[in-house]
Amino acid sequence: MAEGVTPRVKVPKKADAGEVITIKTLISHPMESGQRKDSDGNVIPQSIINRFTCEFNGENVIDIKMEPAMSTNPYFEFDAKVPEAGDFKFTWYDDDGSIYEEVKSVAVG
Amino acid sequence: MKFKAMTAVAALLVAAPIMGMADEEAELVVNGEIEMVTKTEPPAHLEGALPEIMSGWRFRSDETQQTQMDDFDNPGMIFVDQAQAAWDTAEGSEGKSCASCHNEPASSMEGVRAVYPKWNEEAGEVRTLAMQINDCRENQMGAEPWKYTGNEMTAMEALISIESRGMPVNVAIDGPAQSVWEEGKEMYYTRYGQLELSCANCHEDNYGNMIRADHLSQGQINGFPVYRLKNAKLNGSHARFKGCVRDTRAETFKPGSPEFVALELYVASRGNGLSVEAPSVRN
Repeated sequence: MAEGVTPRVKVPKKADAGEVITIKTLISHPMESGQRKDSDGNVIPQSIINRFTCEFNGENVIDIKMEPAMSTNPYFEFDAKVPEAGDFKFTWYDDDGSIYEEVKSVAVG
Repeated sequence: MKFKAMTAVAALLVAAPIMGMADEEAELVVNGEIEMVTKTEPPAHLEGALPEIMSGWRFRSDETQQTQMDDFDNPGMIFVDQAQAAWDTAEGSEGKSCASCHNEPASSMEGVRAVYPKWNEEAGEVRTLAMQINDCRENQMGAEPWKYTGNEMTAMEALISIESRGMPVNVAIDGPAQSVWEEGKEMYYTRYGQLELSCANCHEDNYGNMIRADHLSQGQINGFPVYRLKNAKLNGSHARFKGCVRDTRAETFKPGSPEFVALELYVASRGNGLSVEAPSVRN
């Protein structure tokens, strides 16, 4: 179980209908590659966030698969069109089975 | 003296076009609201050694500069969050946390970073922020002191620094702190190591010029602890001093040693007037 995992998301609170907004996401996570050894020479098992998704009102916006070469605290910035008011739902999937979720609402007008 | 100052200005003018800073007039505004002073009049004690003092932010590339302009993009803020958790966690034999005495950093730590290192009357010594944090841990909380340049320490320094962002650095160099300050000044101009380099040789005589693939800054510490892209963590000023002295091929002083405390006071005073930027982003 990775410790100190905190998802962070930055989404504008308001947008015009049809406006393209920039979304920034970051999850603090060690992203242990599985390639390193501890001081006793034992391999530290892989523990990464392997998938990140973003949905808007149930519709998929982005779906990312991550591999062990990803650096610690993965950061994603992407644009999304906001056709109507609703919720952005962000989900991170951890190797250990943990799922971290965050929801941000956007108002239109 | 006057002649020397003029040649320094001339050298700067020649150096300016090759400094490689794409937008030299860019100003540092964090989160669109905290306006930082990154270039200003030098403090009087420098006696014309520098025509103006500049934050290390001015010597970095556009991309690195921008990373510091938004707290969401600034990777140093992750450590601030971690320190906030540590702030609220009770540790040690007294069952106290930082919050037990100091409540929230927003109310109790405003302006603190700007005046450290600072003379502590009770202890009769100049104390850095890190020394004060460890004094609290040992004597108020009954907890183990943190490693001077360890991750917990730099994160806590960053958390405290946040509350002084945008305020001018204003360390006192007179009164009881003066002898320590003189000692720091002496060190700043002393050549160390096989390469026989003093701090001033790089950061006063050659700032803006290239050192290998990088631009030398004035070595200001208003942005410390600083998130460095090269090691992806927060770095304290003493760790930076150690790295610099090591690079002169000298045996270095220890982080937290009286020598580095004196040097920190002196170097901080060279930046009196620049804004506290910590946690800043550098390469």
